[in-house]
Amino acid sequence: MTAALMATTPGGLLLVLAVVVPVIGILALWLVRARDIEWVAIATLAVNLFLSLATLQAVRASDAPLVYLVGGWLPPLGLALRVDGIAAVLMAMTGAIVAVTALYARGQFGFDPQGPERRRPMVFWTMLLAITGALNLIFAGEDLFNLYVALELLTFAAVPLVSLDGSRDTLEAALRYLVFALAGSVLYLLGVAVIYGAYGTLDLVVLSEIRGAEGALLLAIALMTAGLIAKTALFPLHLWLPPAHAGAPAAASAILSALVVKGSFFLILRLWFDLLPPGLGTIGANGLGLLGAGAVIVGSVLALRQARLKLLVAYSTVAQIGYLFLIFPLATGSEAASPFASLAWTGGVLQLLAHAFAKAAMFMAAGLVYEAIGHDRIDGFRGLGRLAPITVLTMTLAGLSLMGLPPSGGFSAKWLMLSASLGEGAWWWAVVILAGGLLAAGYVFRILMPAFSTPDAPAERLHPVALTRELAALSLAVIAILIGFLPLSPWPLLAIGRLIQVSP
Amino acid sequence: MSLATLDAATLYGLMGAVLVGIGLYGIVLHDVFIRRLLAFNLLGGGVFILFGVIARRGAGAGFPGDPVPQALVITGVVVAFCATALAITLIERLAAKDEASDGDDHS
Repeated sequence: MTAALMATTPGGLLLVLAVVVPVIGILALWLVRARDIEWVAIATLAVNLFLSLATLQAVRASDAPLVYLVGGWLPPLGLALRVDGIAAVLMAMTGAIVAVTALYARGQFGFDPQGPERRRPMVFWTMLLAITGALNLIFAGEDLFNLYVALELLTFAAVPLVSLDGSRDTLEAALRYLVFALAGSVLYLLGVAVIYGAYGTLDLVVLSEIRGAEGALLLAIALMTAGLIAKTALFPLHLWLPPAHAGAPAAASAILSALVVKGSFFLILRLWFDLLPPGLGTIGANGLGLLGAGAVIVGSVLALRQARLKLLVAYSTVAQIGYLFLIFPLATGSEAASPFASLAWTGGVLQLLAHAFAKAAMFMAAGLVYEAIGHDRIDGFRGLGRLAPITVLTMTLAGLSLMGLPPSGGFSAKWLMLSASLGEGAWWWAVVILAGGLLAAGYVFRILMPAFSTPDAPAERLHPVALTRELAALSLAVIAILIGFLPLSPWPLLAIGRLIQVSP
Repeated sequence: MSLATLDAATLYGLMGAVLVGIGLYGIVLHDVFIRRLLAFNLLGGGVFILFGVIARRGAGAGFPGDPVPQALVITGVVVAFCATALAITLIERLAAKDEASDGDDHS
C-alpha cells in the first residue's frame, strides 16, 4: 500500500509549482520598477490561482491524491508533497481569495509617486505572495518538520502585515501576535522531537501505518495541538487576534482572518485525523469541542459589545473559529464508515470555506466604509446604504453567511453540523450552534440596522471609492452565498486520499 | 537513583526539560516583551537539546549520533534566529515610538 501511495503521480509537478511560483514572484518584485510591482504580484497570483484550480481538477479527475517525491527520494529518507481532496479544496480557496484581495488592494497599495511611505507597497505585496506560498506548502506538506518550516514562514509573513501602518498600537499588536505564534511553534517543534524520538520518521503517511508507543504519540499530539491552537486563536488563546486583525489595513485583515488562521487549523485536522488511532482521542476531541463552544459564545458576546466595525468583525472571527473545532467531537463520534464520510466532516470544511469568503468580504467592506465616511464607528453608520449601496450589499450577503441564514455557505455548514450532532444524540453541541447563530444575527443586525436607516441629514461621502474594489469585495460575498447551493450531504471529494487508520 | 545511573543522554534530556520549563514560565508570566523573547530563546534551546538527545539515542551503524535530528536542529536554529531578529526589530520600533511620545509630553 505504501509503494502505491508513494510514487510521483501525473500532475505531481503542479504541487512543486504551487510552492515555487509565489517565491519566484517575490524575487521578481525586486527586479522591476516600483510602479510595476503590483502588476507582477497580480500576475503571479493569477498563475497561482490557475495552478490551484488545476490541482483541484486533477485530484477530482483521478479520484486520488497528487503526490510528488522531491528528488525522487522515497520517504522516510526523502520529502514528499501530497495533496488530497480537502487540501486541494483549501488550495483553490486560498488561490481565489488571495487573487481577489490583490485586485482589491491595488487601490490601497498601488504605486503612488508622492506617497510618504515608499516601502509599504513592497512589504505588502512581498508578504502577500509569501503567505500564498507558505499556505500552499502547508496544504501540500507531508513531513512534520517541513510543515514546521511552512508554519514559521506563514508567521513571519503575517506579522509584518499587522504593523504595516507603523503606529504604536499596531506594533504592539504585531509583537503580541508574534509572541503567541512563536510559543505555539516551539511547542509544535517539541512534539516533532517526541515523534521523531519514538518513531524515527516524520512522514505523515509512513507514521499513519506504524503502531506502538502510543503514549509518546499522545504526548506529542497534545503538545503540537496546544501550540497550534495558540496560532489558530482558539478561545482562551484568542487574546492576540482582535487587536492584530483590527489594526491591519483592510486587505491584510482579510487575508489574516480568512486564510492565515486556517493554516494552523488544517494542521490540527491532519494530526487528529491522520495520526491519532481511532478511539484514543475521544476525551481530547470533546475538550477541543468545549473550547470551540466557549469561543462561539464568548467571541459572539464580545463582538456584540464592540463600538467599531473592524473590531466587531475581528471578534466574529474568534467566534467562527470556534465552530471549526466542533468537527473533532462530531466527526470522531459519528457512526459513518470513516470520519471523512460523516456529515460533520463536510459541515466543518464548508464552515471553513464559507467563513473564509464571508470574512474576507466583510473586512474588505469595512475598509471601504472607512474610506467612504472616514471612520468605522457603528453608531455613525446612519444612511450608509445610500452612500455606498454596493458595500452595504456586500456586508449584508457576508452577514447572512456568518449568521447562517439560508441560502448561504454558513447555513449549509451549520445545518450539516446540527444534523450530525442531533444524529449522534449529542444535543449540547446543537444548542451551542443555535445560540451562536442567534448571537451572530445580533451583531450583524447591529451593523445593518443603522446602515439601512434614513439619516436625519443627508451624509456626505468623503472619498470616492473605485467600483472595481467594491465589486471585488462583493464577488467574495457572492461566493460565500453560492457555497450554500452545494448539496447538503457528505462530499465525496473531501474523503479522497485521506489516510484511513488501520485498527491496531 | 544514584548519579552513576544517569548517562549523558538522560542528563541532557533533564536539562532540556528544565530549560523548556523555565522558558514556558517566562513566556506566559512575564509581560515585558524583551523578557518574553529571551524566555522564547530558552524554550527553543531546551527543545534543541532534546533533539540532540534523540540523535544520541538513535545512534546506529557505527555513527556517534543520528544525523537527521542534527540537520533539523540547524534549520530550527536558523528559524529561531529569524524570529528573534524580527521580534527585536519590532521591539526597537516600539521603543522608538515610546521615546518620541515621551519627548512630546515633556516639551
